[in-house]
Amino acid sequence: MQPKDIAALLDEPACAHNKKDKSGCAKPKPGATAGGCAFDGAQIALLPIADVAHIVHGPIACAGSSWDNRGTRSSGPTLYKIGMTTDLTEQDIIMGRGEKRLLHSIKQAIDGHAPAAVFVYNTCVPALIGDDVEAVCKAASEMWGVPVVPVDGAGFYGTKNLGNRIAGEAMVRHVIGTREPEPVDPSLMPGVTVHDVALIGEYNIAGELWHVSPLFDELGLRVLATLSGDARFHEIQTMHRSQANMMVCSKAMLNVARKLHEQYVTPWFEGSFYGVRDTSHALREFARLLGDSALANRTEALIAREEARIDALLVPWRERLRGKRALLYTGGVKSWSVISALQDLGMEVVATGTKKSTEEDKARIRELMGDEARMLEDGSPRALLDTVRDYQVDVLIAGGRNMYTAIKARVPFLDINQEREYAYAGYQGMLELARQLTRTIESPVWQAARRAAPWQRGE
Amino acid sequence: MAKLSKRNKALSEMPLKVSAPLGGALAILGLHRAIPMLHGSQGCTAFAKVMTVRHFREPIPLQTTAMDQVGTVMGADAYVVEGLKTICDKQQPDCIGVLTTGLSETQGSDIHRTVKEFRQRHPEHAGVAVVAVNTPDFSGGLESGFADTVKALIEQLVPDRNESHTEPGRRQRQLNVLVSSALTPGDIEVLRELIEQFELRPLIVPDLADSLDGHLPENDFNPLTIGGTAVEELALMGDSLATLVIGPSLYPAAQALYDKTGVPNYYFDSLLGLDPMDNLVHTLSQLAERPVPARLERQRAQLQDAMLDCHFMLGQQRVALAAEPDEILAMTRFLQAQGAEVVAAVTSSRGPALESVPLQAVKLGDLADLQQLAQEGDAQLLMGNSHLANIAEAMALPLQRMGFPQYDLVGGYQRTWIGYRGARQLLFDLANLVLAEHGKHEVRPYQPRLRQQAADLTVHSGDRHGHATTTARA
Repeated sequence: MQPKDIAALLDEPACAHNKKDKSGCAKPKPGATAGGCAFDGAQIALLPIADVAHIVHGPIACAGSSWDNRGTRSSGPTLYKIGMTTDLTEQDIIMGRGEKRLLHSIKQAIDGHAPAAVFVYNTCVPALIGDDVEAVCKAASEMWGVPVVPVDGAGFYGTKNLGNRIAGEAMVRHVIGTREPEPVDPSLMPGVTVHDVALIGEYNIAGELWHVSPLFDELGLRVLATLSGDARFHEIQTMHRSQANMMVCSKAMLNVARKLHEQYVTPWFEGSFYGVRDTSHALREFARLLGDSALANRTEALIAREEARIDALLVPWRERLRGKRALLYTGGVKSWSVISALQDLGMEVVATGTKKSTEEDKARIRELMGDEARMLEDGSPRALLDTVRDYQVDVLIAGGRNMYTAIKARVPFLDINQEREYAYAGYQGMLELARQLTRTIESPVWQAARRAAPWQRGE
Repeated sequence: MAKLSKRNKALSEMPLKVSAPLGGALAILGLHRAIPMLHGSQGCTAFAKVMTVRHFREPIPLQTTAMDQVGTVMGADAYVVEGLKTICDKQQPDCIGVLTTGLSETQGSDIHRTVKEFRQRHPEHAGVAVVAVNTPDFSGGLESGFADTVKALIEQLVPDRNESHTEPGRRQRQLNVLVSSALTPGDIEVLRELIEQFELRPLIVPDLADSLDGHLPENDFNPLTIGGTAVEELALMGDSLATLVIGPSLYPAAQALYDKTGVPNYYFDSLLGLDPMDNLVHTLSQLAERPVPARLERQRAQLQDAMLDCHFMLGQQRVALAAEPDEILAMTRFLQAQGAEVVAAVTSSRGPALESVPLQAVKLGDLADLQQLAQEGDAQLLMGNSHLANIAEAMALPLQRMGFPQYDLVGGYQRTWIGYRGARQLLFDLANLVLAEHGKHEVRPYQPRLRQQAADLTVHSGDRHGHATTTARA
């Protein structure tokens, strides 16, 4: 990838972070940096496309420690779960045999697994020695008649966020718009105009998309493609025909929403499926963007029914969670979207992390938490634990990276990020969220872990 | 003994190999108040960290030099110096291990010269031990990265006897113990207790049992390791009575220690099973000049009894094994000593142990190779890391998890494999896996064509004696 291409990706006009003084992200500091690289971000963004062979071109570290390592679920093919890598050796690198190995690897993947497509992820070492991954992919595609898509996101290009964008860019350039959608069978929903929509940045972690997709079915919204939870290659190909796009809970692939708007005039909105209010809001946004009054009526009816249903189910949980204090530390959109979910459960959010939030995100936080909302810029373990202590927090809600920090400090914890095992999206997800919150907050183990032994207490 | 069959395909599918820098980082994590720093892009560290956190279920100190575009093209030596300084300023550790990666090695960085530069420019941090190790991702794997790092620790931190005037045997009850990556924190804990039973003081390097055993410390947050070998203890290794080295991957490190200190080495390929343990216990008894404690003899007898009990289940069992070289050797000998057969053995990278493996062949490959070999060998039991779970499910075979990573169960890091008791428990667990499969291997029911069918029966009103009888309808 050329420096100018990287600069272009870092310049995201649709992102509120995009100011001259801080285009993209600040340079990480050696010795004091956490978080993944561009390759990490690129792979995470596309790996859920289930019928694709995902080949990591590089030495073992890149795939060896990351394959089969995400909570994303597929309702069908499991090809994405097979970690594939060229596993470059010293000889490959010295003798310049990387490209050849890659070409043979693509062949092996096609012959062995008959994938819908092959994605090739470039990594640091081949990027440094100048393997022409794009040319190899083009040649392989011509030779074997299977789409082979280069995803040029070597780790040293930048952060995980940049990698997400590189992945999105690869889809826009090589995949989206290469196929027309199948016609809708009119007998499936007689009397209803079915609209095509797409979700961007929804990864079906723990299968949570499936809490929401029945609602889309009921409303007559056909999800052409999800980028990329439980997606298939042929679905991504047709995303350009979507009539309304939703950026789900993340700014990561904003470039995709923007470019689809530029190239195909597809309207889009930013929303979330966490919490009752946000789920209802997202459904209303689709109805609004699509400008179909019959859809709007159906949407209101569904919302009224679902809200009443889940409200009744949440009553006993709200009693147990009322007044409990949470500290939320997560990125971007989730810094406000999860707040509303927690408030829906009657909890108090004492502070939220805003390191990766935009001014717009912060405005929404103030809307939800009031003007005195405490925003944490510093997400270091020390800062989090100090906040927990100072505000008598009952539960820390953060990414898996902070889980054992919380455990060691004997603080109840809920994992909200990608490695989690429970589905929190949609109306139904709220029940699971409540169950998991009480599981940790009400557990007797915290007392036991703080209790000194009798001989230490001088009894 | 075993022939190493090399990789014969371009693409690695379902890789078994874990990268060398991760192995190196593990070795550093066995030192007290230490932190490893990988010299590469930040993803190198992030991936290693996520894997290690999931395996140990502990916060793992691990830093990065965060090489970016500029550093990759223009040189990143300054990043190493800055990273070392940042860690020293913020955390004042006892030891930092700087490990290279595929990226920095391909770039051609000279890590040893760069550490010297750090020393010159920051004399205020002279008290922090810094160990530099070449661990390129494209060569070796977890075991070799671990072993190379232990060797570097010895070469860079153990003083030469001519300078420090250490004397082998001056500390008459002190034993050096070098443990390979094949031993879990649970193993090392048991090894320490065993050695202490002989009234000897083990100086274990690296001591993962003290740092990654999963205990709740007093204070709520620690940016460095919360246990492990104390760095200043390394200076005392030259005074020890002897060095026990466990695992062939560490034999070169043990040789380096001998060259520096003159302390005699005792080599143990493995501590798994009856014979290897007898060998260790006998050696300890001789070195300590103490009799073998009665309770050890009882544990030995318990293991013997378990071997007899379990041979009904494990004899001739066909096992497929995917592991690092030291583990392949240890487990193959253990299984064969129980009468089981290893029908497929796949390893991730080269290691000195492979020469001694009593098998026809060991395959250098991935888990797709293991699956294929297991099918060809009609394996009945799989052993390997958590990545094997999907394969075990697809093949409908039981899986005994071992090695790294084990992320789909709790406590894998703490399992004790060594010792008489560890071996006994392993026999029970393997035998139970086999027993649970029992129904699958019973004789398939057969219905004779000529058998009387219940549907064909008619009831007669009675026979001569007045009893109701049934006969088949004509």
